[in-house]
This record gives sequence, C-alpha cells and structure tokens, in this order.
Amino acid sequence: MALAMVNVTASVLNWVSSYFDAPTRAVVFGVPIDGHLVVEALLVVVILFQLTRKSYKPPKKPLTEKEIDELCDDWVPEPLTPQITEDMTYEPPTLESAAGPHAIVNGKEVVNFASANYLGLVGNEKITDSCVGALEKYGVGSCGPRGFYGTIDVHLDCEQKIAKFLGTPDSILYSYGISTIFSVIPAFCKKGDIIVADEGVHWAVQNGLYLSRSTVVYFKHNDMKSLENKLEEVTRRSKHPEKVRRYIVVEAIYQNSGQIAPLDEIVRLKEKYRFRIILDESHSFGVLGNSGRGLADHCGVPIEKIDIITAGMGNALATDGGFCTGSVRVVDHQRLSSSGYVFSASLPPYLASAAIAAVDYLEENPSVLSKLRTNIATLFNELSDVPGLVLASHILSPIVFLKLKKSTGTGKTDIDLLDSIAKQALEEDSVLIATTKRSSLDKCKLPIGLRLFVSASHSESDLLKAAASLKRVAALLIS
Amino acid sequence: MVRLPYTTALTTLFSYGLLFVFGQLRDFFRKLLGWIRKPKDQLKGYAPICLGLEDFYVRRLYLRIQDCFGRPIASAPDSWFDVVERCSNDNNKTLHRTEKTSRCLNLGSYNYLGFAAADEYCTPRVIQSLKEYSASTCSTRVEGGTTKLHVELEELVARFVGKEAAILFGMGYVTNSALIPCIIGKGGLIISDSLNHNSIVNGARGSGATVRVFQHNTPSHLEEVLREQIAEGQPRTHRPWKKIIVIVEGIYSMEGELCKLPEIIAVCKKYKAYTYLDEAHSIGAVGKSGRGVCELLGVDPADVDIMMGTFTKSFGSCGGYIAASKEIIQYLKFSCPAHLYATSMSPPAVQQVISAIKVILGEDGSSRGAQKLARIRENSNFFRSELQKMGFEVLGDNDSPVMPIMLYNPAKIPAFSRECLQQNVAVVTVAFPATPLLLARARICISASHTREDLIKALEVISKVGDLIGVKYFPAEPPKHLNQGHNKLE
Repeated sequence: MALAMVNVTASVLNWVSSYFDAPTRAVVFGVPIDGHLVVEALLVVVILFQLTRKSYKPPKKPLTEKEIDELCDDWVPEPLTPQITEDMTYEPPTLESAAGPHAIVNGKEVVNFASANYLGLVGNEKITDSCVGALEKYGVGSCGPRGFYGTIDVHLDCEQKIAKFLGTPDSILYSYGISTIFSVIPAFCKKGDIIVADEGVHWAVQNGLYLSRSTVVYFKHNDMKSLENKLEEVTRRSKHPEKVRRYIVVEAIYQNSGQIAPLDEIVRLKEKYRFRIILDESHSFGVLGNSGRGLADHCGVPIEKIDIITAGMGNALATDGGFCTGSVRVVDHQRLSSSGYVFSASLPPYLASAAIAAVDYLEENPSVLSKLRTNIATLFNELSDVPGLVLASHILSPIVFLKLKKSTGTGKTDIDLLDSIAKQALEEDSVLIATTKRSSLDKCKLPIGLRLFVSASHSESDLLKAAASLKRVAALLIS
Repeated sequence: MVRLPYTTALTTLFSYGLLFVFGQLRDFFRKLLGWIRKPKDQLKGYAPICLGLEDFYVRRLYLRIQDCFGRPIASAPDSWFDVVERCSNDNNKTLHRTEKTSRCLNLGSYNYLGFAAADEYCTPRVIQSLKEYSASTCSTRVEGGTTKLHVELEELVARFVGKEAAILFGMGYVTNSALIPCIIGKGGLIISDSLNHNSIVNGARGSGATVRVFQHNTPSHLEEVLREQIAEGQPRTHRPWKKIIVIVEGIYSMEGELCKLPEIIAVCKKYKAYTYLDEAHSIGAVGKSGRGVCELLGVDPADVDIMMGTFTKSFGSCGGYIAASKEIIQYLKFSCPAHLYATSMSPPAVQQVISAIKVILGEDGSSRGAQKLARIRENSNFFRSELQKMGFEVLGDNDSPVMPIMLYNPAKIPAFSRECLQQNVAVVTVAFPATPLLLARARICISASHTREDLIKALEVISKVGDLIGVKYFPAEPPKHLNQGHNKLE
C-alpha cells in the first residue's frame, strides 16, 4: 500500500517536472518563451487587476434629518432636580432680632450658640455708628466692580488697616467670605502645578482646588507625618522643579472639625521641600494669638514666612466680605487675575467701615480675647462628659465640636439624631445650637456633629445653661 | 453686531504689534540688566508666581494705562460724584492717592434706577434695620442666619419676578458659580451663549458637565447645536444626555444687546432643554413695570425654568437671587453650598432691596417708581439716538441702558478716558481680556437719576473728545456737523 502511494506520487512529480522541464515550446516573434513565464505573466496580470479594484469600506451614512427628528422626539431628559424627600423640607429657625449672644426665635428669647460672633461685636455701638455714617454718605451698594468706579476710599482705608494690623505689606478686599478662597487659589495655581491639601478643608477650598485644574494630593486630616510623606512623594516625582509652582493649602481652624493646624511644623516642612503656603484664617483671625493677629501670632511664626493668608470677615469681625494678604507681588497679581475680584461688584462701603471699626476695637481692647479664652475653657470643661457625645475639637478652638461616640448605623440616622437633639434643645431649653450640614457636592469625609460657636459676650450662666441642656437632651435621645 | 472696517483692523493690529515689539525689547533689557547685576537669590528653588509671558500683557500694556482703571471715588456713586486724583512718580507703575478730588458726571456706575445714594424712602428704613439686626448675622442661612427680613424678601422677589419661590445669596458671582454645579453634573450638557459672563463660565466649569457654545444671540445656531448634540449623545460613549441646560443673559453687559428670548424659548421647548436666564443687568431696568426682559419681550415667566438676577445694579444693594418652582428652590435650600456654607446676606442690604422693590411697585404710596422707569427709558433712547446722529458707532438695542461706543485702537482707550476726565465726565473704557483683542470700547451706563441737562453736557463733551481722537467712524447727520476733519492722535 505504501509502495503504491510512493509510486503514484513519483509518477505525478515526474509528469509535472517533465512538463516544466520541457524544452522551448513556442517561438513567438523569434523570442523563445518558456512555459513557466506564462504562469508568471498571468500572476502579474492578476496582481495588477486586484490593485486597480477599490478597497471595500462599509459605506458611511450620516443621519438623515428625519432620523435626527426621531432621536430628538425619543429623548427624555431627567427632571432638573431629584424628587423632594422628607429630610429636604428642613426649615431653619428664623431670628427676629440681631444675632447676639441672646436672640429672639419665635417670640422666645434663646441663648444663641449658632453665630460665629467670637468677639461679641454684633450690636456694638461704635460699629453701628460708623455704619450709619457710611450709609448716609455712600448709600448701601457700591454699584460697580473695583476696576470701574467701584473703588471707594473706605475700601482702600480698610485694606491698609488690615495690612498694618497684621504686619504685611498690602492686602486686598473681596466682597464675599467664601468667594475669597475660591478666587485666590485659581489665580495662583494653574494646570500643571502641584497642590498638597488637607482632606478636611471646607467646600469653598475644594471648589477652588477643582477650578484651578492643578494636580491635587490630599493628606490625612491634621496629620503632619502624612503631610511629610506626601511632600516627599510629590517632590520625588516632579520633573522640573523650577517651572512648577507648589503649594500647601491648610486652614488655621478647620470648620469641619475644630482642629488647629500646627503652623510651626508646616513652615518647617515648607522650607525643607520648597513649597508655598496658602492659609485660610477665617475662624482664627481676631481669635488666636495674644493680640488676635491669627495663627502666626499664636505659634510664634514670623508673618513673612506665610506666603498667602486669606480670611472671611463674617466671623470675628462681625461684618461681611473677605481679604487676602501677603507680599506686594502676591496682592498685585490678584488685582487683575482673580475672577471674584475683577468680575464682581465691590464690597458695600458700610461693611468696609464696619471692618475698620472692628479692627480698631480689637486693637484698643485686647482683653476681649482673654474673656473669649476663658469662655471656651469653661464650655470645654462642662461638655467633656456629655453622655453619647465626645469632644472632637482643639481645646483652644472657639468652634466646639461634638461628635457621636458611636454611630447609629447609617449617615442618615446620625443626621436625624443630631437634628432632633438640636431641635429639642431649642424648644425645651431655649438653646440654639447648629448641626453640621453637608451639601451633596461636598467631598469631605470627616464625621458630622454638633457645633457651638463660643462668643466673648456669652456670660457664664449662658455656658452652663447650654451644657446642662445638652447633657439632659443627649441622655434622653441617645440610648 | 460689530462691523470692523479693514483699515481700522489693520491700524489696530499694527498698534498692538508695535506695543508687543517694544514690550519684548524692554523685557530683553530687563533680563540683561538682571543677569549683569545678579540679584540676591532669596527665592531660589521656588518657581516664580508668573512665568515668562503669562503676565506680559499686564506688565507691558496694562500698566501704561493703569490710571484709566480702578479710579477711587470719595462719595456715593450717584449721577455726580467725586473722583479721587492719583499721581505717580514712576511712570504709572504705582499710583498714590492724593487729597484732591474732582466732581465728575458719572457715566460708568451701574445705577440704573438711581438708588445708589441715600434715598428718602429706603435709607431711614435701612438704618432702622441696621440698629435692629446689626450689620451681619455671622452665620449661615441654615444655622442661625435666617431673619424675618430674608424670608420677607424671598417672597417679595418671587412675587415681583412672577415665579413661585425664590432663594437669596449674598453675592451675584457666587449665585452662578455655586448654583450650576448643584443642578447639573457629569453626564449633562450645558449650552451657553458665546459671550456669557465669567461667573457662568466658572460655574459651568465647576459642575463637571460638558460645555458647548452657540453663536451669540443666534437661535438658529442654537437649534443646530441642540440637534447635533441630542443625536450624538455623550462624547465617546454616545449614551443619551442626562439633561441639557441652555444659559443666556437678559442684557449682555459688554454689548448692550437684548437676548432674543422668545425664539430661544421656543427652540428649547421643542427639544426639551431647560432654560436658565441671567437677568443681572435687566431686572428692574427694562420692562414697563421693571420686571425685566420677560416683560419687555412678552415671554411668560413660567416658560423659563430658572431665573437668576442680582441686586447690585438696579436696586443699589448687593447680592443675588434665584427664582424658580417650589421644588427646585426646596432642593437648592437643601443642597446648594452657597446656602449651606456662606454667611447670609447682610440685613441692611436685604432691607434696601425690600424698600427698592416696594418703590418700584408703587407700594410705598408714591409714583416715584413709575417715574424712574419712564425716565430711564427716555434717557437711554435719547442718548443712544443722539450718539448715533453724531456719527459714533454705538452697539446695543433700543430700551437698553447700556451703550458701548467702539474705539478699536489701543491708543484711543487712554486718550478717550483721560480727555473726558479732564472735562469732568467719568467714563469706563474696556479692553482685552474683557472684550476681544481688536474690539476695545467705551461703555456708558445711563441712570434714571441723570437729568436732561446732564445728558446734554455729556453729549457735548463726548462729541468734542470724539472729534479730537477720531472715533466717529460713521458719517454724522448733515445739519449738525459741517467739519468732518479727523485728527488722528496716535
């Protein structure tokens, strides 16, 4: 069988080779043509034929008008806002008087711990007088942005006053507290820059970081070891240190937790790794330090070492607006490239004159700071043993922050429990306390809690009343 | 629309080119001197705040004409005010205040209804509220910052504008940039007019949604963009869009034009897109009873989903509002960061708006509101027609109180501004980057507190200065001007 196969194969091969090895078969026009040349010529002709054919592409059919019409008819948008649920119908308490240490809510007098009136300047005579003078002279609004006749002489006076008070060369005023930080950050940080920020910063800072389009790295809340690690990592990975601007963004007193940032440690790290600091002093200006000059005064750090300081004036100074201060270069740069300054109307003049009067008051009466410190210490002491709640803020912070010892399960039930504590404290004991509210856009992961803003004008009985009320209500509601 | 003649475009480009060359020369010499002198390297290791050409425009172009911008005033921004004189001893790099002031006619402040200075009805009430509630509440709206005044104003604004409910914010800029991220996010589409204000651009960017632009005030192009975008869906995944919002303004502040609102609303309704109307300049200033562009153009407020406005311009106060349906406002009160985290609006400012709206509606018992509205309309139309008769190129529609006069050439900006100031008329000149590079202009804002004599004086001064620097680009009407000689002062 195998032999027969071999024989057949051999004979086929012989036949094929004899065919090809055959001597010249034809003579055309005197040129001898071998048989294999015909096959090669045929192959060339086939190749040329294929090359001239168009390559096959599936035909591109753009949508016809009718199809677009159908798509447009079919498309159904989501509603503009989601369905309103039970917890969205929260109505805050309505004040019927000034937001001083005692306020009137629903006709009843309550002790007010929900206003950040740290120096007790709400209702101060001198400030009211300067405001009345400004209102009669300038009216209410300033009717224009700073670049187009909206700069009034009180603005310039206020900027100089704040700069002199803090000891910096110059400062710049903004017309609203939260717009300060989210205009300053994009003015200095652009795409490609590196920012190392604390994870507990509040929404306005997060918004500024997002708008700046820089690379943002977060470190653990108020943890200097974590900050050092992140700085080390970022410096190692950075390729052109002379062209890339690097910033550390921290708050002096965090409003989400009441912690105080250790500024001397941060300055040491900043000088080691060559970063610039942006410090938000909204809740520490007029509070910390022997003369109220803020965190630098409190930690004994010379003010020139901090590159950019921003603050909202809606807290200790009992007015509205914000300012930013630093070197001359820093301040001048903002006058043309900070969007909240250039494209917005300026601060109403009566609020600027209120700020001047407030800073004057602070310079003349530094004893108000020691009163505030005593109040904070008293309240801290009293609240250290509330059942179910634990103190989470720094001992010197005017924002006294209480969080739940044990979470009740979900975030929603926690919020409900805290809201009911605040509500009962208001209705039964006439103590107005605030719970932290988080917007759905806020990325901060720190725990929520109850916040009490201590003021220098609270009397000791107010503080004891609040502490007693909280202890009673918490014992009732937290099982 | 602006029609730029070729010769003007060429001369403007040439001027900018010359300024650029000179600027580069000066930069080169500065670098040379810096290299020779070797400054102390205290900032070694830190990248400079502005690298290279980032602040070239500021250093070499803006600083030369810095005295035309940011002029401080020493009185209320009424129709006549005191402009503080400034002097400089280092060629305009730094300016210092002097004690001298000059009384000038105010053609620059946003004072459409004349509420800027102390008003006989509003100011006593404002002082009363200051004594009762003090200058600030030091607290956010949800904690302890809501007073009776805020609740009253929200209801009043909703009634005035014609919507169900309203919410207040302390600053107009923050209203836009903190609100847009609240109502739309990733997976949504924002279609905004190409000349929208910076606050809207910031808000759109901060929301994370895709942003597309349509040609200024062209409803047909808007329709094209809408069709294309709905058919294509989200970029790369082609999933359908979650929602589409179209953002337009009532009066565009740099053009003075009114928005083509009825056509845009019709297009949006057809394609089921939501509309957002920013009435910063038009609320209180246009319309028979001051209710804005909706009243002027005959659009039902229920057709616009969200109406936004500010109190800075027509009501002489500060802050902004959003008016929409009850559900939207309820949701915003729950989740908008500007409501939850920002200090609430100052109570005297709230009282000023309440009083101003009452005057406009006639609820104070007098007819001053109607008089003011009639006066601003007359003033704007008179001024605009006179300027056009003189041969200036004036933009904007009739009834709009904002009128830009085109200057184009960079040298004419400081010339116009300084000459007018010398004759005691204060004007606002705007250049890059608020406007496109070649289209610099002077912008006039008319107020209801300007009298006929004020306007005639302003017209005389502007006409004289216009002749001097050659900005009358159009032929004037024959009987008024015989001499057409242009002396170009470059």
